[in-house]
Amino acid sequence: MTTHGPIGCQEAVASLWEMVDGRLDELDQQRLDRHLAWCLRCCGELAFARELRGMLRDRSGVAVPHDVRRRLESVIDGLATPAGGEVPG
Amino acid sequence: MLGVDERTELQRLCRQELPGLYSLARRLGGAEPEELVQDTLERACRSFRTLRDRQAACKWLRTILTNVWRDRMRRDGRLPDQVPVEDEGDFSLYRTLEEEDPFPYSDTLHIDFLGGFSEHDVHVVLERLPLRYRAPLVLRYIEGFDATEVASLLDLPDGTVMSQLHRGRQRFERELWAYAVESGLVDDHATARDGTPA
Repeated sequence: MTTHGPIGCQEAVASLWEMVDGRLDELDQQRLDRHLAWCLRCCGELAFARELRGMLRDRSGVAVPHDVRRRLESVIDGLATPAGGEVPG
Repeated sequence: MLGVDERTELQRLCRQELPGLYSLARRLGGAEPEELVQDTLERACRSFRTLRDRQAACKWLRTILTNVWRDRMRRDGRLPDQVPVEDEGDFSLYRTLEEEDPFPYSDTLHIDFLGGFSEHDVHVVLERLPLRYRAPLVLRYIEGFDATEVASLLDLPDGTVMSQLHRGRQRFERELWAYAVESGLVDDHATARDGTPA
């Protein structure tokens, strides 16, 4: 945000993810809070941003295939051994 | 050469972080994930003594993997350095859901929409994003690096990363909607009224 006056919905929505992460500075947080105090739609957008943010974080994992895991664990077993390729020093 | 205790600790940390490293490699995309993780493990071994705080091993290993990935993408000429950020238009998934109302009998429309996405679905949607959006989103919102750290990892100015994150969020929402329509997660009637999704 660049100004110190009231903000509209577009500016409020643009900063919701940062608010969800607690990364807005104090002034921007206050301006957003003032907007949310009267804008029901942006309150809905905020609740949705929380869910969407959580989905992206918690529901995008990729399991390691068994054969890949076996090969990578074999790499780990060989780490820091003379044959494991560690560069001394 | 690492001592026995150091080696044991390194191996324990690597085993512990292996699933997360592989996931990150897959999410970043553009390179063979197994090779990325292997290079990461070997580089971590060479610099293990620079890791002062073992509690920070998770972030330390992810930083190494991202550096390995970035170097490889740059070597292959695939890193979109300072590409001007496209105007993705003003798209709000929240508003689109209200307007299209794909679950007319639901009292929790927005939550129900997100609930239809499996891990596989979310991963596919992420893969659809152009690299200039996917990498910042993954590093910022999944891996938890702050915007300045993301800029440093990607060798980009802070302002560029902030723009990419903003546009990337909108593009992610747009792709979620498009994917939901294509894969039948929402009823056809939601798009029949105005043709293709926004």
